[in-house]
Amino acid sequence: MTGHRYQCAFVSQVGYARPMVTPITPVSDEPASFTALLAAEERVEPRDEMPEGYRRTLVRQIAQHAHSEIIGMQPEGEWISRAPSLRRKAILLAKVQDEAGHGLYLYSAAETLGASREELLDALHTGRQKYSSIFNYPTRTWADVGAIGWLVDGAAIVNQVPLCRCSYGPYARAMVRICKEESFHQRQGFEILHTLAHGTPAQHRMAQDAVDRWWWPSLMMFGPPDDASEHSQQSMRWGIKRFSNDELRQRFVDMTVPQAEALGLTLPDPDLRWNPERGSYDFGEIDFSELYAVIRGDGPLNRQRIAHRVGAHERGAWVREAASAYEAKRADVRGEVPA
Amino acid sequence: MSDWPLWEVFVRPRRGLAHQHVGSLHAPDGALALRNARDLYTRRGEGVSIWVVPADRVVASSPEEKDAFFDPAADKPYRHPTFYDVPEGVPHL
Ligand SMILES: [Fe+2]
Ligand SMILES: [Fe+2]
Repeated sequence: MTGHRYQCAFVSQVGYARPMVTPITPVSDEPASFTALLAAEERVEPRDEMPEGYRRTLVRQIAQHAHSEIIGMQPEGEWISRAPSLRRKAILLAKVQDEAGHGLYLYSAAETLGASREELLDALHTGRQKYSSIFNYPTRTWADVGAIGWLVDGAAIVNQVPLCRCSYGPYARAMVRICKEESFHQRQGFEILHTLAHGTPAQHRMAQDAVDRWWWPSLMMFGPPDDASEHSQQSMRWGIKRFSNDELRQRFVDMTVPQAEALGLTLPDPDLRWNPERGSYDFGEIDFSELYAVIRGDGPLNRQRIAHRVGAHERGAWVREAASAYEAKRADVRGEVPA
Repeated sequence: MSDWPLWEVFVRPRRGLAHQHVGSLHAPDGALALRNARDLYTRRGEGVSIWVVPADRVVASSPEEKDAFFDPAADKPYRHPTFYDVPEGVPHL
């Protein structure tokens, strides 16, 4: 990413709640057409000229996002066969299927930047590319499925809504589709927790226990604090990122606290309180050392998630081979040269 | 999967509207591309008809030539109704 520096007099002004509209002046080999598109807040499309750093950053981010959707199927997928009713089971199946769809929209978007599907899957399977560390926590009870929908999908929505305006067209369009589908995910999770929280005392305890375990990891989904975030500023300049990690995290806390009250559940943070001066909730310090450990792959389930994913891919190989063989045979009958 | 071609997917949201590009997917042949497109892009009744087109069969104009390519239309404002002066109060024009 070096070699693409800008004279950015405005960087210091990039404060909270300030979308990027300031003109950008390149000082390096950034194509003028690209600079002009960003300045006009227009979308960059696949065949447009773009700096190599922009392309690489997008491939990395979109791939990591796609991997997260795919690995994210596992913690909840474990509960499909154990859902407490047919209604819940059908809903959970649809939700997990949506996540597969999200992964596929995003892999397609990454491919418009020249990445190949096989390379991307290989990077996931060999650990060269990461997925969101949130999916390295176990789903111990049915209430965890509720907590994931409410908190994890809830946090994902806050992260993803600004990406619908990302400067790269195919990524932004994939995000629009994804965001439309996410609100059902969050609501079904909320409904599960609401039912448990208003059930027997044991069910209420189960709901509270799940929220206690998922709250802090959900806050960490927004990434490291702004002063420790390596990629943020460049991504902001490129219109890939619109708001800082800390701002999105605050937005999530402010949205979620009243929802917890409606559930009749508490959030496990003694420092959480309304701050009338800021018009926001103050919250306690986040233990990021845990996040960094999980990102490095020390998460309790990292190895298991990847092994499961690789296993599924390998067990599905015969289906892919059979489909290819069938089409090759038919192409032969049609007298075509196979593609 | 790597040797499966890429297909561009177009969905007609409802009767009376044109098919619109929604994204792409990999599939070994057209029949499976259609089924995958149904599962991927119309899980909530987003369409009443789907086209799948091999991505390598799409012929596209080049973004570098954009100005030159669309130049013939650029200097013909008289193709737009707003080009013409119409006296005040002339009805249905
Ligand atoms: Fe998703
Ligand atoms: Fe989701």
